[in-house]
Amino acid sequence: MSLTRAERTIVVSMWSKISTQADVIGTETLERLFSCYPQAKTYFPHFDLHSGSAQLRAHGSKVVAAVGDAVKSIDNVASALSKLSELHAYVLRVDPVNFKFLSHCLLVTLASHFPADFTADAHAAWDKFLSLVSGVLTEKYR
Amino acid sequence: MVHFTAEEKAAITGLWGKVNVEEAGGEALGRLLVVYPWTQRFFDSFGNLSSASAIMGNPKVKAHGKKVLTSFGEAIKNLDNLKGAFAKLSELHCDKLHVDPENFRLLGNVIVIILATHFGREFTPDMQAAWQKLTNAVANALAHKYH
Repeated sequence: MSLTRAERTIVVSMWSKISTQADVIGTETLERLFSCYPQAKTYFPHFDLHSGSAQLRAHGSKVVAAVGDAVKSIDNVASALSKLSELHAYVLRVDPVNFKFLSHCLLVTLASHFPADFTADAHAAWDKFLSLVSGVLTEKYR
Repeated sequence: MVHFTAEEKAAITGLWGKVNVEEAGGEALGRLLVVYPWTQRFFDSFGNLSSASAIMGNPKVKAHGKKVLTSFGEAIKNLDNLKGAFAKLSELHCDKLHVDPENFRLLGNVIVIILATHFGREFTPDMQAAWQKLTNAVANALAHKYH
């Protein structure tokens, strides 16, 4: 699975808007993840996950920054996320199902903040892009 | 059996009252077919599904979307007995329509995303959680009679 040129254009152009609110988007995505899929909290026993927590904000920023790295290297996501891929495979070992949950929550956050931009085409492009990112992050699992 | 708290019921029914079911239904089914093109396999008779704009403007997609979301609305009136409410529809989807229940989950998530585009900031994480619980429960109820 790879993105068409049209899909890449959509993702890259929406990113320029998203990046101005990156931290808010990242934090909200995680809040949605932990509210809707509480089992995801099992990977963060060492975190204060309450709304407004500094750790939540810091981690949300990290996650969105990584998505941004993938966007900036949209022609070679595997290379851009190679270290993160190894981290998830050998250290974090987050079950792959959780990438679907996180991706969905990011889509909901984008839809909520940018309703006019989040057309059916944009929804499709982003869903596919996040699916690709998730694939890269789990490709070294076994 | 799924149990919805008073807060969850309020979140669900409160938001539902503001939804234009005809419009949202068409949008939901349309987006399902655009974002997950393999779901088009059930709709060979619907005519032009060749692009996102063709799909979103297709009158058969809109009509069927309205039907589907209206049925979803019935779920909201029967939160305490979803399996009972959807028993017949479950049999239909298995025996006559041959729809993989995974499609119910995909549609449920598309509905959640549409609610997010319509309600923006009002669609908080807690709101989303109540709605994910509902769409999950409806998907399970529709799959319950499969054999």
